[in-house]
Amino acid sequence: MSMQLEQSPTTGDDVITNYTINFGPQHPAAHGVLRMVMELDGEIIERIDPHVGLLHRGTEKLIEHKTYLQALPYFDRLDYCSPLAMEHSYVLAIEKLLNIAVPERAQYLRVLFAELTRICNHMLNIGAHVMDVGAMTPNLWVFELREDCLNFFERAAGARMHMAWFRPGGVHQDVPLKLLTDIGDWVDTRLPELFGDAMSLVVDNRIFKQRNVDIALVSKEDAIAWGFSGPMIRAAGLPWDLRKSQPYDVYDRMDFEIPVGTNSDCYDRFMVRVEEVYQSARIIKQCLAEMPEGPVASDDRKVVPPKRGEMKQSMEALIHHFKLYTEGFHVPAGEVYVATESPKGEFGVYLVADGSNKPYRCKIRPTAFSHLQAMDFMSVGHMLPDVTAIIGAIDVVFGECDR
Amino acid sequence: MAVMHSAPKLASNEGVLDALSGALGTMLLSAKEEHGELIFTVQRSSIEDALRLLRDDHAYQQMMEIAGVDFPDRAERFEVVYMLLSLTKNHRIMVKVCTDEATPVPTITALWPNAGWLEREVFDMYGVLFAGNTDLRRILTDYGFEGHPFRKDFPLTGYTELRYSEEEKRVVYEPVELAQDLRQFDFMSPWEGADYVLPGDEKAAEVPPAPSAPPADAAKKSPAKKAAPKKAAPKKAAPKKAAPKKTGTRKTKPKADTP
Repeated sequence: MSMQLEQSPTTGDDVITNYTINFGPQHPAAHGVLRMVMELDGEIIERIDPHVGLLHRGTEKLIEHKTYLQALPYFDRLDYCSPLAMEHSYVLAIEKLLNIAVPERAQYLRVLFAELTRICNHMLNIGAHVMDVGAMTPNLWVFELREDCLNFFERAAGARMHMAWFRPGGVHQDVPLKLLTDIGDWVDTRLPELFGDAMSLVVDNRIFKQRNVDIALVSKEDAIAWGFSGPMIRAAGLPWDLRKSQPYDVYDRMDFEIPVGTNSDCYDRFMVRVEEVYQSARIIKQCLAEMPEGPVASDDRKVVPPKRGEMKQSMEALIHHFKLYTEGFHVPAGEVYVATESPKGEFGVYLVADGSNKPYRCKIRPTAFSHLQAMDFMSVGHMLPDVTAIIGAIDVVFGECDR
Repeated sequence: MAVMHSAPKLASNEGVLDALSGALGTMLLSAKEEHGELIFTVQRSSIEDALRLLRDDHAYQQMMEIAGVDFPDRAERFEVVYMLLSLTKNHRIMVKVCTDEATPVPTITALWPNAGWLEREVFDMYGVLFAGNTDLRRILTDYGFEGHPFRKDFPLTGYTELRYSEEEKRVVYEPVELAQDLRQFDFMSPWEGADYVLPGDEKAAEVPPAPSAPPADAAKKSPAKKAAPKKAAPKKAAPKKAAPKKTGTRKTKPKADTP
């Protein structure tokens, strides 16, 4: 014991040993219910063991007991920061099994609102990230923009957060013209002004850079091996975006750039998201300009229920309406894996159908699982306060991670 | 079949099935293309070699997902499905292995480090063991949870529930008590899906030969009367026909007093 005392680098009587602290599960910088058991050497991180699952609700099991349409709202509750992006993968998976055509206007509406969701999600993440590393004001400003997005969702679907608006075969209801013009005005004026102002406070800020530059460097090889996707893989310098490489709906008609990072640190991840907001605005403008008139859902009455007005007039429509809202539609047996570019990365749905009206198995691929798993190797050697920056840059939401 | 849907468009599947089937050789059990998805079932023991071959020689660089599926009717009831993604070829495939409760699947954590948590999840939810995974702890369920909740024979309501006890000042675990049974509504057509006995129909099931006799009688009588037994006949016969297809997947209600 005395030998150890002499070797100790401190002047006091204590021997410094590694100690373990518990970060979370209720921690404001954990972005939800993340518990991390950290082994620290002083303030340097030696090992992190993230414990997830504190928000596990058994969504996939519940989906197996619901019809395809009843299961849709569960997807809003996965990543509650970008609900429409979650629905997008699910409806595309069903449509792939049914091989059903979606009218053009519905595809444009989906892309438009998926991009609005992306902006909405990035507002929350960017705001939370800068607040985690000490800046208060930008968060309040970008939350104004998020509020605007939620108001648009409310005007389209009737709900601010849990829209359940994308449906197999199209979208639930058409949007009023005034909403589209308002979105156009908002994208032209308010978004660039307010977001530009907020970002001008942050992107060249000395403190913000000190907290983020060169934190959690990940090489391209590691990013691929750990299954990174979305802004995390783009920050590593790989221009990989499912909207571009595996286009769904009308993304193949959209003209937009994929921002990539050069240094693969938390600052790059942040800046990729900032640029994605502007690119999403570009896509929204194109959607508004090109969107055709027409139906917003497939006219296949074995999948898409008729409108209520029609139901009151036609016997056939009444039968379809009743059957689709009780029994639901049957999906041919088979299995598909459909992944879309959610704001956080690749969000996939592996759907196994057995020919009945309920999914046999619905496996959800959360984006956070791969990213959070890499927490350990990204954080080793960094200081304890860097952890908040790293989690902020991962953009993790536990509704989706734990399902 | 012409592609009507607007799901993600990947690189063409043309020729990939044959090329990869040839490359996998004896490791492959079956390969198929359905709904535009390529699915390769490989031998359980050689899953690591198969995936290494696909990663190194066929440029499937990313393993995005591992999914477990439970088919209780099969001898090897679990499927473990690996979703591979090629960034360079812009292509996706699925690779499958089958296993049962006791037989472990070789781990692939040596190939992709993110397989660690994904295998833990399959283990947690289905109880599939992964040989070689050094950290096979539960991941999503509660600390101290028992059972594997995503198995088809695990009830949706679970076995335990927890609440905060005001007396003990802590969270207590108790067996699930429901004020009313969990109801599973079956909206299938009566002559397609429902294989339970409707209230008031209990007696009908007791005398199976009865409906077969009246139609013969009725045929001689007026056509108006003929319609009634004809309607009744499929109602009785169909559940039996549908039963083998549906058992296992569909939850049946406990039958009241059928023999």
